[in-house]
Amino acid sequence: MRKSGALRLRGVGRWMLRLRRAGPPVSVLIAGAVAGILLLLAMFAPYVAPSNPLDLASFNLADSEIPPVWAEGGDRRFLLGTDNQGRDMLSAILYGARVSIMIGGGAVLLAALIGVSLGLIAGYLGGRIDAVIMRVGDVILSFPTILLALLVAGLARAITPEAANPRYVPFVLVGAIAIHEWVQYARTVRAATMVEGARDYVKAARVIGLPPMRIMFRHILPNVMSPVLVIATINLAGAVLTEATLSFLGVGMPPTYPSLGTLIRIGNEFVFSGIWWIALFPALALVILVLAVNVVGDWLRDRFNPKLRARG
Amino acid sequence: MTVAPALSIEKLCVAYPRDDGGVLMAVDNVSLDIAAGEIHAVVGESGAGKTTVASALIGLIEPPGRITSGAIRIGGVLLDPMTGKGEGLQLGRDIGVVFQDPMTSLNPLFTIESQLTETMRFHLGLNAAAARVRALELMRSVGIPEPELRLKSYPHQLSGGQRQRVVIAAALSCNPRLLVADEPTTALDVSIQAQILKLIRDLAHTHGLGVMLVTHNMGVVAETADSVTVMVRGQAVEQGKVAAVLRHPQHAYTRGLLAAVPRFDRRLERFAVLNEGGSTAEKARKAIAGQGHAARATTPGPLLRVDNLVVDYTTRGWLPGSKGRTMRAVDGVSFDIRSGETLGLVGESGCGKTTVASVIAGLVKPASGQVLFEGEPISGDMATRETRRGSRKALQMIFQDPYASLNPRMRVGSILAEPVLFYKIAANRTDAAEDAALLLEAVGLDREHANRFPFAFSGGQRQRISIARALGARPRLLICDEPTSSLDVSVQAQILNLIKDLRDATGLTLLLISHDLAVVRQMCDRVAVMQAGRIVELNDTEALFETPSHAYTRELLALVPRIDRIGTA
Repeated sequence: MRKSGALRLRGVGRWMLRLRRAGPPVSVLIAGAVAGILLLLAMFAPYVAPSNPLDLASFNLADSEIPPVWAEGGDRRFLLGTDNQGRDMLSAILYGARVSIMIGGGAVLLAALIGVSLGLIAGYLGGRIDAVIMRVGDVILSFPTILLALLVAGLARAITPEAANPRYVPFVLVGAIAIHEWVQYARTVRAATMVEGARDYVKAARVIGLPPMRIMFRHILPNVMSPVLVIATINLAGAVLTEATLSFLGVGMPPTYPSLGTLIRIGNEFVFSGIWWIALFPALALVILVLAVNVVGDWLRDRFNPKLRARG
Repeated sequence: MTVAPALSIEKLCVAYPRDDGGVLMAVDNVSLDIAAGEIHAVVGESGAGKTTVASALIGLIEPPGRITSGAIRIGGVLLDPMTGKGEGLQLGRDIGVVFQDPMTSLNPLFTIESQLTETMRFHLGLNAAAARVRALELMRSVGIPEPELRLKSYPHQLSGGQRQRVVIAAALSCNPRLLVADEPTTALDVSIQAQILKLIRDLAHTHGLGVMLVTHNMGVVAETADSVTVMVRGQAVEQGKVAAVLRHPQHAYTRGLLAAVPRFDRRLERFAVLNEGGSTAEKARKAIAGQGHAARATTPGPLLRVDNLVVDYTTRGWLPGSKGRTMRAVDGVSFDIRSGETLGLVGESGCGKTTVASVIAGLVKPASGQVLFEGEPISGDMATRETRRGSRKALQMIFQDPYASLNPRMRVGSILAEPVLFYKIAANRTDAAEDAALLLEAVGLDREHANRFPFAFSGGQRQRISIARALGARPRLLICDEPTSSLDVSVQAQILNLIKDLRDATGLTLLLISHDLAVVRQMCDRVAVMQAGRIVELNDTEALFETPSHAYTRELLALVPRIDRIGTA
């Protein structure tokens, strides 16, 4: 009965209407804006940052450990002060956030790719393949995230010294984080695939005689993607945190190519000598970024949860 | 005697705001009266507003919809249109409600006893013991065997018919004046439907209960109701005694609706429908028939042979290695389908008819027995990869639920092009798109519909798309699994006519699975009756309907509600 009216709106209008009806709370709008601004700032760090923190030749030891501009002894050139090398903290944070987000995003993408594929295969084919995939997942989940990531990162260094090369560290980190995270995607997609696989349109595709791969990726996949997007958003925050932890523990990004975690680790050595800003500002940036992404992710999860949808 | 009627509705209007700012009148100026002891049927097709009328009585109009004008009196008491409450009236005590699906209208986590006694303890202030006595009484009056035992059961331990009886018992628990039954038997088999309808009739007449029976089934109206209101697009177009309305319908819509109901008593060439696909459809069908079906088999014998088929379903055990339970769904079924004929497979839910179709379509593996297509084994131990693959194209299937059988994320054009491209009936995407357009025309849709997504179509149109997709592979045998059971009668008539036309144009062989005996009589050359996994009778349609030989067949035939039997049962 109400269909006819809804059909007239298409494209942007339709989305605006849906968004307005869904009514994201103000907190989510703010969090979304903050996350968006941080992402943009990090993405365009080379154009936004006052200096290049990766260019070792450009900073001067004479400028080291200058407090933020509003504190006593602050310097106008360095808004948030400098670290022990004389590096501008604001620039280091912007570049560091870029590294953190790239590694976190990369890990989420890799985990989703592996998890969704394996989940589809397990859920659609079932039987022994399903059992093997899911039991491997169970074993992996029985390791703490950090422990497993430490193992992988350490193992990579043991196998090839190249793994410690700053150019390859991000890839090692992405792999080390994704190896734990894919299980969650696989479980969710497997359950959704089992539901969709029993529906008539999948049966119709089987009656036509289409091969299983095609049914899985062309017919089922688009219908199981919405929970995956929700998990990915929530996991992005988690992956950024894991990367920061690894870097803080010293197996992550080196000081010459710092991520937010590396900056916090460097700052940690100076906190007790009263030089608080080196640790505090990267930590604040990390907290705000993770919090904002988490708030948006939580809202998305509630939005797409059919059990909660009726209340919205 | 001036007893107030059980229900009196005066000029009721219910409006829903539309997205474009307009207003949709879901119920438009409807008036009706139901006397105590009277069963009043409200009939109409989906979207006619019949359920909205029922919802208005029980205060369940979903916002943003609201009652804009009119008066509802229950037992003479006026309901407040804003809250749906009346002075001294209580939902659950004065109005009993029975919904369509007995599977979901009981809470699975509570025993029958707690669900039955809850209302009574709340409304009548009975203590646990008194409520229990009353619950037992109710269980007996709705005809549930061993009520003491059943009170301790959970809903999943009861059959669908028993659950609907429990729902009725709960609705009656506080001696209501009015019972609102919204499609109470639509989800049930004919044998259970007959029992439930008889129960409602007896209760109405013995307890002086007014019943509002919302239904789409004209047979149910004819056999159960005393008076009837026919609704179209929110308006009551015809009202009166059942015999008068059904025998001498005044309004054109009522006449059309009655004509679309499949006749049970004799066979007709076509269903009477108002609009049908014109000459473009005819041309498109000819084109399809000319392309793919030219290669007719020359092998003698039946097109399809099912030989002593057995199918088991095994539930897996709790632990790996532990044994699960085995359920025999199909138990030694054999039959032939001749080239060009239409074979009907009928039976009640759970009799195994859909399982047989799934085996033929290659979706389920049999435990033993085999299926031969043109003499080649396509299922069972003898079947090889090659024989199975060879039959795939020639064997297509359409499904019951038009809302589940189309991929919601694919455009209709790509849905239809998929089998065409897969079987290389079209060489490239452009040709495939042209073929998809042809298929759409063949099923009476426009070629422009290819650009839309499935959600933009009605149930009947979706079923047409399903048929077009099946035709895309240019099959020899089309399996139709309850193709019209979720559609309105007028749409059902169109779809059945379409299937007939396609069969005539392309020489398709059909296996039609249905629980609706009237549909089977209209469509099939031969009919097989299934009960508990076995075929109990297989005969030519006319012979089977006129002189059924098996007791089960006779019982099935006797139980179907028919519009030509007014007030008989």
